[in-house]
Amino acid sequence: MTDYPFSERGAADPTTEAYWAACAERRLTVQVCQDCGHHQHYPRPFCLSCQSDALRLVAVSGAGVIYALTTMRLPVIGALPPPYSLALVDLEEGPRLLTNIVSDREQVPRIGAPVVVAWREREAGLPPLPVFRLRR
Amino acid sequence: MTALTDVPIFIAGVAETALGKVVDQSEFSMAALAARVALAEAGLALADVDALFTNYMGEEGSVQLGEYLGIQPRWAESSDMGGASFEFFVHHALLALAAGRCDVALIAYASRQRSRRSRKQASDQLDGSLPAQFEAPFGIHVPIGHYALSASRHMHQFGTKPEHLAEVAVAARSWAQLNPKAWVRDPLSLDDVAASPLLADPLRKLDCCLVTDGGGAVVLTRGDRARDAEKRPIRVLGAGESHVQWQVAQCPDLTVTPGLVSGREAFGMAGVTPSEIDVFQPYDNFTHAVLLYLEDLGFCAKGEAGDFVADGRLRPGGALPSMTSGGGLSYCHPGALGILLLIEAVRQLRHEAEGRQVPDARIGLVHGTGGLAFSTASTVVLARD
Repeated sequence: MTDYPFSERGAADPTTEAYWAACAERRLTVQVCQDCGHHQHYPRPFCLSCQSDALRLVAVSGAGVIYALTTMRLPVIGALPPPYSLALVDLEEGPRLLTNIVSDREQVPRIGAPVVVAWREREAGLPPLPVFRLRR
Repeated sequence: MTALTDVPIFIAGVAETALGKVVDQSEFSMAALAARVALAEAGLALADVDALFTNYMGEEGSVQLGEYLGIQPRWAESSDMGGASFEFFVHHALLALAAGRCDVALIAYASRQRSRRSRKQASDQLDGSLPAQFEAPFGIHVPIGHYALSASRHMHQFGTKPEHLAEVAVAARSWAQLNPKAWVRDPLSLDDVAASPLLADPLRKLDCCLVTDGGGAVVLTRGDRARDAEKRPIRVLGAGESHVQWQVAQCPDLTVTPGLVSGREAFGMAGVTPSEIDVFQPYDNFTHAVLLYLEDLGFCAKGEAGDFVADGRLRPGGALPSMTSGGGLSYCHPGALGILLLIEAVRQLRHEAEGRQVPDARIGLVHGTGGLAFSTASTVVLARD
């Protein structure tokens, strides 16, 4: 047993292990600075805004807005047969994530549309990925 | 202190490698053959070279190229700034030459990415790197996915239309038809671009650059050493550089590139303004890229480049002749286009571009980009002295 199971699999590094461990529990987190209130993602060893060590990894609401959007029509990775939506989502708390938009039936994702986090399972031993669906 | 701009620095020789599909040479022999031609144009020889710059020529590339050419430099660089590395190198060579730290700088590069089918399309997965964690699992194509996200945002925010992007491809092709060395020279219309398959919305196949073999060599030296040049040396008036994000989510504003900084630096050093540019060589890896450069370099206001190009301004006979070789979209894109942009700019300013010559071209602008969706930028202002 190790303290860094995702790092050992190449799916994390020691500074991001806690982020992916939270994902494994389906909690989306960002770092918040206890000194200046800055939110940052991905995790770093200190606050990029004020250089403080006083960072906490906190769960976000999971709500956000699509900032940029494309439909990938080329095969890129085996897990995602094209076409699929690739997007940048701005979280309510500020940080921006690269992600996928999963939409059911008639829903068409658009830039500016409100979204909420969903989760996509990966192969055994890897944390699920934070993807987003359109908010109804 | 003497201002650097008081020491005139020139590009005294340029040469392309073999282009297109190259099966009878290695990358090193291609670069070497181009270097010999560029040095001959400059009236110089390999033994005169004391500064060496390259990228993508293997690990510690300048060391490998130095060995191949028998050069032991006193200034060396193999920084990876993507396809714009060669504009960065002009900036760095300019300063090193002006400071007297070297006398003759050789920039050389060659790729056989087409013949080798080595173009990478996806990040390596599960290697513990940040892109492996935060980009690759979402299926982002490298680099088309990054650039598509950028284009989508520009269109959303400013009303830029697909036909504005297509105009860039058509302008490049119009120039390529005048260049016998261009890889594709068939006529191209806005409708043809619109009919090409979508790869990653809004980018279609014909919004994306070629994948070819190629490369080149560029020789820089001070005015005193450029006197023996066989062809007219072209002065480097100014240069600038910058970079922003690697991963696309880390870019604060996808409609702005680091060209905003590199352009300001280069124009400031050169003491010229965009309105004085006679010929523009933008790094046209994707059509919308050229629109973003026009805005960031100050040719038009942010968000207005679509309308700015719609009248055919970039085409032969237009008010801002751009991509005059046919560019990465139609002439050649050997993985790192930046060196070919410098070569074409020099040929235009020497007035030796034959059927595609821009009349009376005196000041040229070269603007490179690299990385993933405008990670790096470097801008060079050149003049027929």
